[in-house]
Amino acid sequence: MASVAVSAVEAPVVAEHRGFRQRWYRTPSFVAGASILGAIVVVAILAPVVTWHDPVEQNLVNLLQGPSWSHPLGTDDLGRDIWTRLVYGARTDLRIAVLAVLFPFVLGTTAGLIAGYFGGRTDTVANWLVSVVVAFPFYVLIIALVFALGPGTRNIFIAITIVGWVSYARIVRGEVLVAKRQEYVLAAHAGGLSSARIIGRHLLPNVITQAVVFAMSDIVLVILAIVTLGYLGLGVQPPTPDWGRMIADGQTYLTTHWWLSTIPGIAIVVTALGLSLLADGIADLLRPE
Amino acid sequence: MSLAGYAARRLLQMIPIALGVTLLVFFLIHLVPGDPARTMLGTRATPERIALLHEEWGLDEPLPVQYWRFLSRLVHGDLGASLFYSVPAGRLVMERLPVTLWLIGLGTLLSVAIAVPLATLAAAKRDRPTDHVVRAVPLVGLGFPSFWIGIMLLLAFALNSGRAFPVGGYGEGFLGHLHAMFLPALTVALAISPILIRSLRASLLEVLESDYVATARSKGLPERRVLIRHGLRNAVISMVTVLGVNIGFLVGGTLVVEQVFALPGVGQLMINSIFQRDFPVVQAVTLAFTIMVVLVYLTTDIIHAALDPRVRFD
Repeated sequence: MASVAVSAVEAPVVAEHRGFRQRWYRTPSFVAGASILGAIVVVAILAPVVTWHDPVEQNLVNLLQGPSWSHPLGTDDLGRDIWTRLVYGARTDLRIAVLAVLFPFVLGTTAGLIAGYFGGRTDTVANWLVSVVVAFPFYVLIIALVFALGPGTRNIFIAITIVGWVSYARIVRGEVLVAKRQEYVLAAHAGGLSSARIIGRHLLPNVITQAVVFAMSDIVLVILAIVTLGYLGLGVQPPTPDWGRMIADGQTYLTTHWWLSTIPGIAIVVTALGLSLLADGIADLLRPE
Repeated sequence: MSLAGYAARRLLQMIPIALGVTLLVFFLIHLVPGDPARTMLGTRATPERIALLHEEWGLDEPLPVQYWRFLSRLVHGDLGASLFYSVPAGRLVMERLPVTLWLIGLGTLLSVAIAVPLATLAAAKRDRPTDHVVRAVPLVGLGFPSFWIGIMLLLAFALNSGRAFPVGGYGEGFLGHLHAMFLPALTVALAISPILIRSLRASLLEVLESDYVATARSKGLPERRVLIRHGLRNAVISMVTVLGVNIGFLVGGTLVVEQVFALPGVGQLMINSIFQRDFPVVQAVTLAFTIMVVLVYLTTDIIHAALDPRVRFD
């Protein structure tokens, strides 16, 4: 009897996103973004195949070479092959960026669900935390946190999570406040379901879309934050290749070897463009009709 | 509610946030792994110096006592002494502040000069080719790292063939500052204008679809007059808000840009202090930047309420 009641109140759990499969190829921004990003990801994964030098091996007789058959983009101030470092840099920066979006996404969504669902004091505390973090300029807080925690990839994740969760919490909380008053949630309550079940099975699937859409555009910000930390010497530590560090290293030779700083920058811009287009396309596709 | 009443209420609302901000800044020292005094002193650490820092920062006291001491020093304007220069950290920040304020001010002006015409053009020619081009600007522009924009501007206008601007430094006198700060400010402006263009276009469109604009049109006013007198005038309100909301982004951006152009501002002080492990200065800069941003939020809220009385009754 109880199980019948449960399945009855849980029937229409998720509002349908009709036609994702039918429409994706007719959304130009999605196709363009996925192609650009797909190409970069494939090259990054195939790094050992598409490059033929070691990304960290120095060659002090081949410093600052121009393009050649062996070094299609030349070599840097330590004789390392730029094409190789660019490809391995994509690996480093993309991997860190994806993880650095995942942690705030999970933490912020959870916080938003709990604050929005329970309201009252929980909500007040969550709101206070959000306003405190938002009062700090983004880069200032991240840099201060990385300084206190010390350099290293793990601490970059922690810093970005502490700063980044607030946006997800805000978005999800807002969605929960609306969803909470809708009939399917009221019915779930009336059916005697536990709070955990209502949050996990009923609210989460309905409010997650907005968080996913935001996460896609957030990756762009996070990639920029990672390369900015790298540029400032606070991010990925050498000799691990990172686009931000490559730009900083090249700046010394700007007058004579302009491409050292220019090429990694173009890589960042193209990657970010791919992500922005993909985010735009996904937002379009997930928008309820 | 009167404007003064509104301002007073907003100020009261700031108190818990200000307390939270000081709490987070205070806790920075406890995020440092191991003994913070030893870590910060690094190679300069001697048992005596470590003990001295423990005493000065009160590291051996219980946490609430430490926080209370931190707060009471703060109200007296004492942010601790620099470990590197042995002068008050607050003074170091104040000395560097003019450069950063110049950069923020000029950067804001240039970003308005870039964003307002483009957003107006896009809103006026909605869904026409011009609009599509302007709408592509944020999509592409958001992916440009500000430090790289700066380096590219240096390459184009300060090095090699085009030596129109200095490579770095702050310049002398008003015109000197203006000349030296132009490229850095342009970098800040280019980094923020994609966001401004997007928000401003959206709010202009909202204004243009409102009833009073429909009335103005039905009175037979020329489109140009409708756009400027009715549309843009009201959109200025949202411009103030949009700028206010994004000031945190802009201020954070100056930190990186100062590094590119070797400007002796607060941001450069922060980065240098990080490499010198000068904890009190990093803490002071973090607090200074945040106070700056919070004050701007508060001011824009009050300006917004003065321009648009509806806000006061939320």
